[in-house]
Parts: sequence; C-alpha cells; structure tokens
Amino acid sequence: MTAAPASFTRRTPVRERLVEAFLALSAAIGILTTVGIVAVLVFEAVEFFREVPLLEYLTGTVWSASIKPFRFGVLPLVTGTLLVAGLALLIAIPLGLVSGIYLAEYASPRIRTVLKPLLELIAGIPTVVLGFFAINFISPILLKSLVPGIGGFSVLAGGIVVGILVTPLIASLSEDALRAVPRSLREGAFAMGATKFEVVRRVVVPAALSGIMASIILAMSRAVGETMAVVLAVGANPQLTLDIRESVQTMTAFIVQISLGDTPAGSLQFKALFAVGATLFLMTLALNLLSDRVVARFRNRY
Amino acid sequence: MEEETPVTVTTPPHTPSGTQPPRVPIRIVTGPAGAGAAAMPAPQPGEPGGHGEPGGHGEPGNSGNSGEPATTVRLEAISCWYGGFRAIRDVSLDIERRRITALIGPSGCGKSTLLRTMNRMNDLVPSFRLAGRVTFDGVDIYGRGVDPVVVRRRVGMVFQKPNPFPKSIYDNVAFGPRINGYRGKLDELVERSLRRAALWDEVKDKLRQSGLSLSGGQQQRLCIARTIATEPEVILMDEPCSALDPRATLQIEELMAELSRDYTIVIVTHNMQQAARASDTTIFITMGDDRAGYVVERGPTLRIFTNPEHRLTEDYVSGRFG
Amino acid sequence: MTAHPAGPVAAPAAAAPRFEPSLMRRKLAGTVFLGVCLLAVGLLLLTLAVLLWDILSRGVPWLDAQFLTSGPSRRAARAGVLPALVGSIEIALLVALITFPVGVAAAIYLEEYATDGRINRLLRTNISNLAGVPSIVYGIFGLALFVRGLGLGFTLLAGALTLSLLILPVVIIASMEALRAVPHAQREAAFALGGSRWQVVRGSVLPAAAPGILTGIILAMARAIGETAPLILVGAVTFVTFLPNPIASGYTVLPIQIFQWAGDPREDFQSLAAAAITVLLVLMFVLNALAIVIRARLSRHLTW
Repeated sequence: MTAAPASFTRRTPVRERLVEAFLALSAAIGILTTVGIVAVLVFEAVEFFREVPLLEYLTGTVWSASIKPFRFGVLPLVTGTLLVAGLALLIAIPLGLVSGIYLAEYASPRIRTVLKPLLELIAGIPTVVLGFFAINFISPILLKSLVPGIGGFSVLAGGIVVGILVTPLIASLSEDALRAVPRSLREGAFAMGATKFEVVRRVVVPAALSGIMASIILAMSRAVGETMAVVLAVGANPQLTLDIRESVQTMTAFIVQISLGDTPAGSLQFKALFAVGATLFLMTLALNLLSDRVVARFRNRY
Repeated sequence: MEEETPVTVTTPPHTPSGTQPPRVPIRIVTGPAGAGAAAMPAPQPGEPGGHGEPGGHGEPGNSGNSGEPATTVRLEAISCWYGGFRAIRDVSLDIERRRITALIGPSGCGKSTLLRTMNRMNDLVPSFRLAGRVTFDGVDIYGRGVDPVVVRRRVGMVFQKPNPFPKSIYDNVAFGPRINGYRGKLDELVERSLRRAALWDEVKDKLRQSGLSLSGGQQQRLCIARTIATEPEVILMDEPCSALDPRATLQIEELMAELSRDYTIVIVTHNMQQAARASDTTIFITMGDDRAGYVVERGPTLRIFTNPEHRLTEDYVSGRFG
Repeated sequence: MTAHPAGPVAAPAAAAPRFEPSLMRRKLAGTVFLGVCLLAVGLLLLTLAVLLWDILSRGVPWLDAQFLTSGPSRRAARAGVLPALVGSIEIALLVALITFPVGVAAAIYLEEYATDGRINRLLRTNISNLAGVPSIVYGIFGLALFVRGLGLGFTLLAGALTLSLLILPVVIIASMEALRAVPHAQREAAFALGGSRWQVVRGSVLPAAAPGILTGIILAMARAIGETAPLILVGAVTFVTFLPNPIASGYTVLPIQIFQWAGDPREDFQSLAAAAITVLLVLMFVLNALAIVIRARLSRHLTW
C-alpha cells in the first residue's frame, strides 16, 4: 500500500467522528425502539402465558379480567375489535374512495386547494375529540332516533367515529395512487372515445387498484389500533356478539381499562395487558407488512 | 410534377398482404425511377388519380367515382393558445382520405398540438383555446352539439410512447368495442384487429397476459390494434416510433402502409427519413419568432424532400436546421 | 387476413350498425357518479361542520378567565383547565426538545451519510413500519421502559419520552423530505470548496432544509398534543389541581382531562369537555398556523 502524500491526507477530527457517531446512534433509535417493543411484549406475554395456556387464550370465548372467576379467552376482544374496524371500513371505503376519486379526477385545482386542507383537518382531529362526538352527539342524538333499542355505547357508534377517522386516510392515499396513474393511460382511453367516467372506472381505478388496496389495509390497521374514540363510543363490555347495537370491548379498550384502574403490577390482569398488547401489535404489524407488499407490487407496474 | 419526376423516394411497397419483402435502408435516391414496386403507391381504383397540391383551400374535391370527397379532415385558419402562449398561428390544411400525411418540423413547433386538434384531445388541457374551424367530412367537430367522445371514436390516436392499459392483451383490444356497445362477436373483432396490426401470430397464445408484458414495438402494435378495433376512419399517430428501436420502427411503418389502404393516417414525426419513407404527403411546419407554429409548405412527400419550394423547408429537410 | 380479403374493412358505413354507443346512457352514468362524488364529499364536510358546531356551541360559552385559570373541581362551575393546559404545553415543548436533535440527526444520517444500501433500506423500512404501530403500544413500551425500567415513575418526563418515541418517525420522515428537497448542486458547490461531509451538511444543507424541518417538528408537536392513549398507560392522571413539575409524580394533559369529563354523563361536565376541546383545538390551530408562517418566512430567503 502506498501512502498518499501527506499534503492529501486529512485526519478526520475527533469532533466530526463524534458527530457521526451521534448521527448513526440516532438513526438506530428506530431499530432499538422496535426491538424494545417486541422484547417487552414478548417478555411480559410469556409471563402471562405461564399462567394462562396459549390455547385457552386464543380459543376462549369468555373474557373476564376484573370479575371472578377470571377468564382470559381473547375471542370477545378480537371480534369486538374486528366488528368495530369492519364497520368503520364499511363506511370509510366508499366515502374515502369516492372522495379520493373526486379529488384526483374531477375537482378543479381551486376546489382541491380548499378541500384538501379540510380533509387534513378531519384527519388531524384528536381521537378523544371524536370519542366525545360519539357520546355527545352520535349515540344520543343521531342513533337514538334512527336505531331502536340502541344503548349509549354501541359497536355502531364506534364504527361511525372510527369510520370518520380513517376516511381521510383512504381518501388521500387513494388520491395519491390515482394521481400516480400516468397521463398517457388516460389519454389513451380518451382517444378511444371513452367518456370521462369510463376512463376513470375502466382504466384509472383499475390501474391504481394496488395503491387503493394498500390504503384500505392501512386504514384497517389504523382502525384496529384506534383507542380513545372506541373507548368512549363502544364502552367496556367484553361479550361475544355480532349485534352492532351492543356495547363490546375492543383490545385497546381493555388495555385502557386496566391502566386506569389500580391494577397492581405483577398481577395476572396486569400481565394480560401485555398479552393483549402483543396480540394487537401482531395484528397491525401483519396488516402493515401486507400493505407494504401491495404497494411494492404497484411500484413495479409501470 | 409529381409522378413523372425522375427522383424517387422508395416508400414501403404495398404488397397485397402478409409478407413484406426485405427492404434496403431507405434513402432519398436520385436517378431514374426504380422498379415499379418502389414507386409511389399506386392510386387506388376509384380514387382521384394524381393528388396534386391543393392550391388554396377551395371546396373539397369531389372528383372520385366513389362519391367520397378526397378530403377527410380540414383545418381552416386554426390558431391555438395554451393560456397566453400562442402555439399555432393561422394554419389551414387538408388531410386526404386513405393517404399517409406526415407533419414534420422542428421540436416545439406545434405539430402535436395541430394533430390533437383533429380529435379534440386538447380539450383535456384546461388552458387550451382554439380559433378557426376543424371539419371532419364537412362537419365542424368543434361545433355546437358535437361531442368529443363521438369525434374520438371516429378519429383514433396512437401515442408517442406505447400506452397499453394495465390489462390483458385481449382486454386492451376489447376496451373500445366494449364501451361503444359492440354488437358482434367480440372474439372475432379482437382477432381481426390483432391480425390487422400484424400482432396476432405473436400473441395468439397469450391473450390473457398483461399488455405490459410485451416488448415496446409489440406494445405499440397493440395500441394500433386497440385503435382500429373501434373501426375509426382516421388514425392520428403522434411520433409513434420515437420510443422504438429501428426494427420495431420498420414494422410500424410497414403496418402504416398496409393500413393506409383503408384508413386515413396522419403522422407527426421529427424523423425526416421516416416521413420520406412512409408518407404520401408531407406538411412542413415551423415556428416564428414568437414560437407559434405555422405551415411553410405542403406537397407530395417526394417533392418536399427533393425540390422544396421554400428555403426554410430546404434547410430543414437537408438537416441545416432543426 | 382471412376475415377481410381486400374489402374496405373500415368502411364506416358498413361497420356502423354494429356499434351502439348509446351515448346518452353513458353520459348519464357519468353524471350520476359525479353526483355520488359530490354527495360523499358533502357528507364529509357536513360531518365536520356538525362536529365543530356541536363542540363550539357547547364549549365556547364556558370559556372564560375562570375556566382558563382554575384546576378541575367536583363542581362543574368552578372547574378549569389550567393544569391540563400547562401540562400539554410542557409536554409538547419537551417532546420538541427531545425529538428535534434526535430526529434531525437520524434524518441526516439516512440522507447524507448512510452509504450501505441494505442497512439504509432496513432503517427506512423500520421507520415507516414504526409509524404504523398503534399509539397505545407505545404506551405499553413507555410503561415498561421509562416508568418501570428506568424508574422515572408516573412523571411528565416519562410521558414526554414516550410521546417522543411515538412522534420520532414522523419527525424523521419530515426531515428526510426536507433534506431531499435541497438541490444537489448546493452540496456539490460546498464539497468543491473542500468542505468535509459534516461541514457541508452543517454549513450548506441544513440551513437550506431548515424551514421544512421546523415545519415538520411543529406539526409533530400538534400531533403530540392530541395524543391520549399512550399517556393513560404512563400515568397521566385526571385529577390534578397543581401545576406539573416534570420530574415529580402527577400530571395531566388536555386530552386526558377531556376524556375524563367526556365520560361523565352530567350535562355540565359534557360542556366542560366541549370547552376543553375548544382550547385543545385552538392550541393545535395555533401550532399549524405557526408552521405555515415559518415555512413561508424562511423559504422566502432561500429560494432557488
């Protein structure tokens, strides 16, 4: 190895090395956080599953964490969560998709500059505020008059507010996907004598389908992990039901319930919090990874 | 002045069907007229014979015994603006039926804009404005009550970059017939269109595959098949070969020659050799100091490339400008 | 070419009857769809309007000096948001203080330093996945790490650290975008002058990216102020009558206060919740406006 002549070498000053180390460490915090979250959840959940068999947890249909006899069958929490999230998507998919199509294809630039911030405004509403809206307006005023026999807490009320919450997400992500469809495809379809609606429905939307699917999956993940709006709207009644007029308990609501009470650390209920947290984490992780995959497929397309 | 000229451009010969003879790289050749196959395409029976330069812009000549006017699309005193920018200044020209007309000129001179006035594609640009008249078989296509959707079905378009829909090959071709309520057998129409676009043999076993899985040249022929599936009368081609390799380019040019028996073709190209090889009539467009395009000269391709009247045309075709 | 030997295949007259474009129906379908679009957008806007009206009409009458200067009370008429408001502001400032250096540093590393494609991609994927983790899971992590692991207890500092982890991906992504927007020529010019990598970043790239980064941080603060769920896990309590001290136990923030009042079915407490929401929304609005002003101000000096 020949050494470079001294005039061309420069020792990196210690200060710059320190700076670089700090930068690298900061970039690694994300990884550390991920590792930390997984470690905490696994560690505490293992403690829980020492006392409650995994099979019983996964297949049990009764969840009773605070009233004896204690039962830890997670199915009521999972179905409650999925019921609320499913209902939310039922509202958010048509509403968000149609709004996204309108923004991407129909709205004039002038209307867009007004509409987009308004959608962002909805997306930025703190979820506790939507929870208040649910118990103060949707349940007592809107639903009471429309749905007979509905209580103050219901899956329906939760589904509606969570739907409001994730609609802007679907709208803006599918708008992005639609806008990413090359102009040349639109022109090609117009040049065949297609009407605007035909161009949108038969060419642009199918071409953006993966992006739209990804936005829906992300919305699902968001809805599953949503907490405050659900706690306030759906209540805390862990029961296995498909009746959307009933109050249920979601996984997130259970976690909130345990941490609000004076549950001593180390008790079974406290450990259950981590087990449910791990379940929730796995569900949302699976959805996020799925959405990444769908988006990756979309990118390779053009 | 046209057909008797001793100067010959070897254009794609119109062989009856199927195989095309291999052709030498095409150049403008000076000398005695070559073999019959290399001459200008013979006028089709029932069509006006020597289609000379239409001097001025009188009524479309109704000379042939087919009863069809020789002119399909006619631009009358067209000016175009994008916002405040004037892209076209006072252009008038005729497009002859079942001929290949090439629009040539330096980039940015408004060739594409002019082409897009013929099927109202520019309507999609919000700031676009047009003055003058564009008629198609005598009907003002910008007239009151004329729907651009109808215009575009009858005046098809092939684009610079192949733009197949991200659908199967079959669905790409079936797109137009489906939206336009085709009543016949769709399978047959798809096959016929793909055959006409000289693509059938290459794709007949993979009609369900994505159109994007094809090569660039195949994609462009797929787009041509897609366009002729709606049975338009005019096909506009906006630099259809600029994204293709020379081999695929030749295939497209042969295809154009074949198609010009049934369709009126207008092609925009900045490739002068392509215009020389593939077109019957050439229109040279350039732009003024304000970058607004105007027509300098129009005439049989042969004459434009060998004996242009205008100094600007001569400079351009001889490569001194552009 | 068997289908049509030589005949005029495209002769429109012969072909026309086989196409029935039924333009009227197609146009009608388009009009109907546009109607559906307007309906959907209208419904969204209506929802927003009803929500704001529901909150403001209830909350604004309760907003007075007394409400802004007192703590919670069992009697609605004497209740106020001061401890929660101060708690929210303190926590937002702490979050900004923590995420600013770390987030910007991480972004600089990822955009300007990291050369190994694989590691870079892993870090980026990880960050985008972190942004998708439910906030309550961060709460669980904060509970285990800061409250119990590091022994911080149920303090405002533990809450701020937890929220910082939650917000960090947002800050990193925003800062990365701001750095990426700096033209390459800017860097090359600085390198050509013989600057080291760090000198280039500090002297040339960072100032140019500053407006974008600052905007990102302020928007992240707005988001942190609205977060509730993770703070419930790390011990923000609902009944705090004193102003919080970051390292002493016991604090509350606006969303927690709202949560408590909202859960109380008595009319007056519902109104208190609405009034507190109004304060929260105003705070978020101010932060957003600030972000817009900063972006406009700083980028005026740095145009290219």
